[in-house]
Amino acid sequence: MATVTQKQQLFGHAPSNHYLDASHGVMSWIFTLDHKRIAIMYMYGVIASLFLAGIFALVLRTELYTTKQWFLTSAQYNQMFTLHGAVMVFLFIIPSVPAIIGNFVLPMMLGAKDVAFPRLNLASLWLYWLGGIFFIVVLATTQLDTGWTFYTPYSTSKSNTNVIAATMGAFILGFSSIFTGLNFIVTINTMRPKGMTWFRMPLLLWGLYSTSIIQVLATPVLGITLLLLIVERTLKLGIFDPNYGGDPLLYQHFFWFYSHPAVYIMILPAMGVVSEMLAVHCRKEVFGYKFIAMSSVAIALIGFLVWGHHLFTSGQSDLTSLVFSAITFSVAVPSAVKVFNWLCTMYRGDINLSTPMLYVMSFIFLFGIGGMTGLWLGALSTDIPLHDTYFVVAHFHYVMVGGTMTALLGGLFHWWPKFSGRMYNEPLGKLFCFFVFVGFNLTFFPQFIMGSLGMPRRYHEYAEIYQIYHQASTWGAFTLGIGIFGAVMVLVYAWFFGRKASGNPWGAATLEWQCSSPPSFHNFEHRVIVSEPYDFSSVVYDESVDGYVPVIPKREATPNQQPATVPH
Amino acid sequence: MATTKVERGEYSALVDLEHNHEHEHAPFIAHHFYTAEQQFDSGKLGIWLFLVTEVLFFGGLFVAYIIYRYNRPEVFVDAHHHLDTLLGGLNTIVLLFSSLTMAWGVRAAQLGDNKTTAISVLITMVCAALFLGVKAVEYSHKWDLGLLPGDMFSYDPHAHHEHHLISNYLLLLCIPFAVILVATLVASVLHLNTGKSVIGRFYGGIAITMLGFFGGVLVGVLWMAGAATDESHSSDAHAAVATDATARLVSFEVDDAAAKTPATTEASATDAAATTPAVELPVDKKLGVFFSIYYCMTGLHAVHIIGGIIALSWIFYRSLAAHWRSDYFGPVDYVGLYWHLVDLIWIYLFPLMYLIR
Repeated sequence: MATVTQKQQLFGHAPSNHYLDASHGVMSWIFTLDHKRIAIMYMYGVIASLFLAGIFALVLRTELYTTKQWFLTSAQYNQMFTLHGAVMVFLFIIPSVPAIIGNFVLPMMLGAKDVAFPRLNLASLWLYWLGGIFFIVVLATTQLDTGWTFYTPYSTSKSNTNVIAATMGAFILGFSSIFTGLNFIVTINTMRPKGMTWFRMPLLLWGLYSTSIIQVLATPVLGITLLLLIVERTLKLGIFDPNYGGDPLLYQHFFWFYSHPAVYIMILPAMGVVSEMLAVHCRKEVFGYKFIAMSSVAIALIGFLVWGHHLFTSGQSDLTSLVFSAITFSVAVPSAVKVFNWLCTMYRGDINLSTPMLYVMSFIFLFGIGGMTGLWLGALSTDIPLHDTYFVVAHFHYVMVGGTMTALLGGLFHWWPKFSGRMYNEPLGKLFCFFVFVGFNLTFFPQFIMGSLGMPRRYHEYAEIYQIYHQASTWGAFTLGIGIFGAVMVLVYAWFFGRKASGNPWGAATLEWQCSSPPSFHNFEHRVIVSEPYDFSSVVYDESVDGYVPVIPKREATPNQQPATVPH
Repeated sequence: MATTKVERGEYSALVDLEHNHEHEHAPFIAHHFYTAEQQFDSGKLGIWLFLVTEVLFFGGLFVAYIIYRYNRPEVFVDAHHHLDTLLGGLNTIVLLFSSLTMAWGVRAAQLGDNKTTAISVLITMVCAALFLGVKAVEYSHKWDLGLLPGDMFSYDPHAHHEHHLISNYLLLLCIPFAVILVATLVASVLHLNTGKSVIGRFYGGIAITMLGFFGGVLVGVLWMAGAATDESHSSDAHAAVATDATARLVSFEVDDAAAKTPATTEASATDAAATTPAVELPVDKKLGVFFSIYYCMTGLHAVHIIGGIIALSWIFYRSLAAHWRSDYFGPVDYVGLYWHLVDLIWIYLFPLMYLIR
C-alpha cells in the first residue's frame, strides 16, 4: 500500500505543497527564483502583449475594410501598424516559446532543480517588464510611426514620435533575451543528468540551444545599433545620418544582422516544441533524430549569413545581393529536413488527434507555405516586384503567426497539465484550434494574392481591385481573434476547474513528465530515471495514479554460481 | 498513513538516494548544483558567454570605425592629432599593470590567500580609477576646445585658445568622485572606530580608489600644463599641428573639386580622398564623425571600467570577509576574466585612435 501512496506522490496529481503552493503573496512571486514561477509570470506578459497587439491588428484590418479612409487618419494608421509590429516582435514572439515553455520545461527535461543562474533568470524577467513599461510610455505619449524596424534617417531626423522610448525599450528587451539565452546554454551544458548525452537530449533542448546561440551572438549587435540610434537622434552623431556624413545603409546592415537571425529565435524553439509534441502524440520515436537536432544548429549558423536579403532593393551592390540570395536558399535545406522528418515520424504512427496534435499539424502545413514562399522572396528576380508588397506581409505572418504562435498555443495545451495540474476541455480545445487554423488562412492567404497583384504594404488607402481580398482578410482576422481568445479562455478555465491531471497524462518519455503535476518546488522528489527521450516503452500506464509511471530498468543480479574454470 | 510501516518498494530507492545526496552540500554551493565543480564550470561558461556578447557589442562600433576610416582615411589621420598620445600611452600601461595585479589576485584566491587577494584587487581598482582620472582630463580638454561629436563639433583652429589649467568640465566630472571619497572616508572612520573592521576597511579601500582617480587627474593636468608651457615657448606646436591638419583638409576639398573636372592635379595623399562620397560637407563636420566614433568607443569603454570597479569592489569586500578558499574562488576568476576583456578592448582602442599614421 505504501508504495502506491508513494507512487501517487511522485507521479500523480500533487494535492498540495507544489510550486504554486510553496509560498504565498505577491512578493513571493515578484522575487521568486523558481524557474516555473518565472515562466508563469512571463506567460502573463506575453499573452497580454499578444492581446494588445492583436487588438491593434483588428483595428488595422477594420480600417482596411474600405478602400478609402474610414476612422483612422494616415498618421494614426502608421502609428497603429508600427506598434502592432513592435509589440508583437519584441514583447510577444521573441520571448514567447523560450521564456514560457523553455523556462518551465528546460530544467525539468534535464532532471534539474532550476536553471544554472536563477537570479539572472529573474533579472531577465524584470528587464522584460521594464522594456514593456517603455512601450507603455510610447503608447501614452506621442506613439511611434517608424515601423518596427526604426529605419534611418527617418527615425533619427524626421519622425516626431517617441522613437527614443521605443528603442530604449527594445534595447532593454534585448538584454532580457540575452540573459535567457546565456542561462539556457550554460544549463544545458553543465546540468545534464548522468546518462543524458548530447544525442539523448529531447529535441526541444536542441531547438532552445540553437536559439540561445543566436540570442547570445546576435542580440548585442542590436543593442549597440539601437544605442547608436538613440545617441544619433539626441546628439546628431553623424554615424547613420547622411546630413552629417553618416551612412543610413549601415543602420540597415546592423539592424538585419540581428533581426534576420532573430526570426530564427522566433521559429527554432517552436520547431523544438513541435518535434516534442509530435513524438508524444504519435507515440512513435522521432524519425531522423540526429538530422532534426543538427538542422536546428545548421539553421542557427546559416541564419547569420543571410541578412543582406532584406537589402536587395536598398542599393547594395548586385554581387552582394547575388551572394546573399544564394546563401538564403541554403537555409531551405535544413528547414526541409525538419519537415520531411516530421512527416516520416507521423507515417504509421499511432496518431492521437488531441488539441496539441492538431496545432502541430497546422504548424507543419502553415510553416510549409511560409517557408516555400520565402524562396520566392529569396530569389532576386521575383523579389524585386514582390518587395514591400502584401506578399511579404503574408510570408512572414505564415512563418511567425502560423509557425510560432501555433506552436506556442499547441505547447501550452500540451504542457498545461504540468503547468496547472489540470486537464483542459478537449472538444473546446479542438474547436478553437479549428477557428485559429481557418481564421489564419482566411486572413493571410488573400494577402499572397493581392501582394502578387501589386498591393504595397503599409498603405492606408488602396485601389478598388484589392478590396475583395482585404475584406476576406478582415473577416479572417476576426475569426482568428475569436480562435485565439477562445483557446486562451479554455486554458484559463482549465486552470481553475479542469479535471485533475496525473504526472504524466500523455505517456511521454521525457523527464519533465517524471514528477507530479504540478511539480513540487524542487521539481523532483526523487532521482530521475534517464532513458532515451522517445522510448515510449520506458513508461507504463498505472491505474493507481491515472497516468503513466516510469519503468525502473531491471538490474541484473551478479551471477553467484562459480565459473567453470577459475583463472589464476 | 505516515505511521504505518513503509514497505521498501522499488520507487523508495529513488527517493532515498536523493535524500542522502542533500547532506553532502557544502555551504557555498547553491541548492540547484550537485558539486562545487559543476557550480564553478557553470559560472565559467557563463562569464565566457557574457564576454562573447561584450565583444559583439563593441564589434558594432569597430565595424563602424572600419567603414568610416576606409571611406575617409584623411579625416582619421588629421583628427588623431588632437589626441594626446602620451596620456593614452600612460593609460595603456596603467591598464596592463592592472591586469597583472588582477591575475595575481586570482592566483591568491585559488590558494585561499584572502589578504593578498584583497590587496591585489585594491591595486586593480586604484589603477582603474587612475585611468578614469586621466580620461576625464582628456575629455574635458577636448570639450573646452570644441572637439565634440558630429554636429556639435565647433573647433576653430584659428581662434586663440585660452588654456584653462582646470577646466570647468573637469570639475564637473570630479564632483561624483569627490562625493564618494568624502562619504566613504567618513564611513570608513566610523566603522573602524565601532570595531566593524571588515566594512571599515572596505570603505577605506573605496576611498583609496577615489584617491586614485584624483591621482590620475593630477597627472593629466600636470602633463597638460607642461604641454601648454611648451606650446607658448616653442611657437604653439600644438596649434600648429591642428592648423596644418585643417590646411590639408581644405586642400582635399580643392582636390575633390578638381577631381570632378577632367584635369588631374598632383595628388600626394589624396587618392583616398576620391573615395569619399559626393556629398560635400564643411571641414569641421567631417572631423566631427571621427569624434563621434571616438566618444562612442572610449565612452562605452569607460562605462565598462566603471562597471568593472563596481564588480571589483564586490570582490574586494568578499576578500576582506575571507570568503575564498581553494575549492571556492569562482567569482574572483569571473570578474578577473571580465577585467582582462576590458583591458583588451583598450589595447585595441589605443592604436586605432591614438596611433594612426
